[in-house]
Amino acid sequence: MNQLLQQIINGISLGSIYALIALGYTMIYGILRFINFAHGDVFMIGAFVGFYSAPHISKLVGGSIIFSGILVMLLAMLICSLLGVTIEKFAYKPLRSRPKLTVLITAIGVSLFLEYGGQLIFGPDPKLFPTIVPSMAVVDTQNLVIGSNSIVAIVTAAILMLILRFIVFNTKMGAAMRAVSYNHQAAALMGININSIISFTFVLGSSLAAAAAILYSSVYPSINPLMGIFPGLKAFIAAVLGGIGNIYGAALGGLIIGLTETFVTGYLSPTYRDAISFGILILILLFKPSGIMGKFEAEKV
Amino acid sequence: MLEIRNLHVHYGAVKALKGISLAVGSGQIVALIGANGAGKSTSLRAISGIADVSSGEIIFDGIDITNKPPHVIVFAGISHAPEGRMIFANLTTRENLEMGAYLRKDKGEIRKDIEYLFSIFPKLKERINQPGGKLSGGEQQMLAIGRALLARPKLLLLDEPSLGIAPILVKTIFQKIVEINKELQTTILLVEQNAHMALSIADYGYVMETGEIRLHAPASELAQNEEVKKAYLGM
Repeated sequence: MNQLLQQIINGISLGSIYALIALGYTMIYGILRFINFAHGDVFMIGAFVGFYSAPHISKLVGGSIIFSGILVMLLAMLICSLLGVTIEKFAYKPLRSRPKLTVLITAIGVSLFLEYGGQLIFGPDPKLFPTIVPSMAVVDTQNLVIGSNSIVAIVTAAILMLILRFIVFNTKMGAAMRAVSYNHQAAALMGININSIISFTFVLGSSLAAAAAILYSSVYPSINPLMGIFPGLKAFIAAVLGGIGNIYGAALGGLIIGLTETFVTGYLSPTYRDAISFGILILILLFKPSGIMGKFEAEKV
Repeated sequence: MLEIRNLHVHYGAVKALKGISLAVGSGQIVALIGANGAGKSTSLRAISGIADVSSGEIIFDGIDITNKPPHVIVFAGISHAPEGRMIFANLTTRENLEMGAYLRKDKGEIRKDIEYLFSIFPKLKERINQPGGKLSGGEQQMLAIGRALLARPKLLLLDEPSLGIAPILVKTIFQKIVEINKELQTTILLVEQNAHMALSIADYGYVMETGEIRLHAPASELAQNEEVKKAYLGM
């Protein structure tokens, strides 16, 4: 029983991190109809911002570990937002009217650029992520250890997702995002500046990826420039599973993938973890490509 | 108010507009009629900045707005209820209307304008919290016109307001267009295939044919023109 509970908590914790990353994929897909394959690498940059800034920030603000943790996360979110917007401006915007495949291949190029540029700048060897969240066992009984890291990950992700939900469904900017995602031309006719909405979407997506990176690195503290590849792919699977373009779907998909992975690791073998996630991707693409919450979308002519 | 000079628009190799010139005076209703594919919608799309102009000029209130981005043109005072209505199916009726007022900051006035709109189109009030995609064709048309009006435009571009609407509603919609023109002093450039209806409410009319202006005259004269009668009024 305790072991089951343990797996569930671990799964939700990992799943909410996947969900945060998946939201970026799904929002950018919603607005621009392409998969931003560099998203996982923006996540990686977030981890490195945390790695380099955390010692300075904690020295600067002194004692309060929670306060400095929040500052580190906000800084990572800010820098990744700038990175996301810059990538969009220089790599994707010039290709706006080209076939989607062109943009997709460019995204893979940007991804490789960040991965290997990262190796050049940060060095290829793994680094130990500093302790931002004090690591201690909140619950520690027979077969059940709930670390503060997991709780912080779940709570932070939940708060960020609620804020996102508010922005998307209760603000004018959010309504404009949904309008643009439905029809660029009609949105432009309303006086909406499409480019600023696209930039805003990249800000939201990239800052969520950065927050996810800080949470992820607190749980798995070994970071390196290629660390974004797998969480990025898993979150992509989560977004497709939930229904790409649907933000509730991304959150749900993230949780499902996170839970599945921890259950496979816990009850089967860690060896199968990735295989099963990719298996899910193949199955969903074969049998319900629109995902759990996605609607069938007829190709517009 | 609006002056178009020698406007050319190409879609790839296809010449959609081959040098049209037209003028819309302040307070007027001007009708642009012609067959399918004559370039009527393209003209409106060029004015509102969603079709690229290859040469020629569009002057609005003395300012050159040729090839300006659409949001700048909306800000200048032109709003466009496009062909096919383009209602945001995923947004509620209220949100659709609020998008129409996107560039306005005067919340109180927006609320008043929405109330006024409900007095013209009471049907929309019943649908206020429903997604735009669930509205009937006629309701969507009213929403499209209403949404465009909420920008408080000086010039309203209407593309085929009668398309896909039950005949009984067509008359209502045209009455409302006249009402909007008279009460709000909104200048209207109207594109229609229903030439008879369009000319009956317009001050001036232009007849388009394969990307060119074929004829233009005061609407009442145009309605009596033998050529127009034969080709577009089915007489």
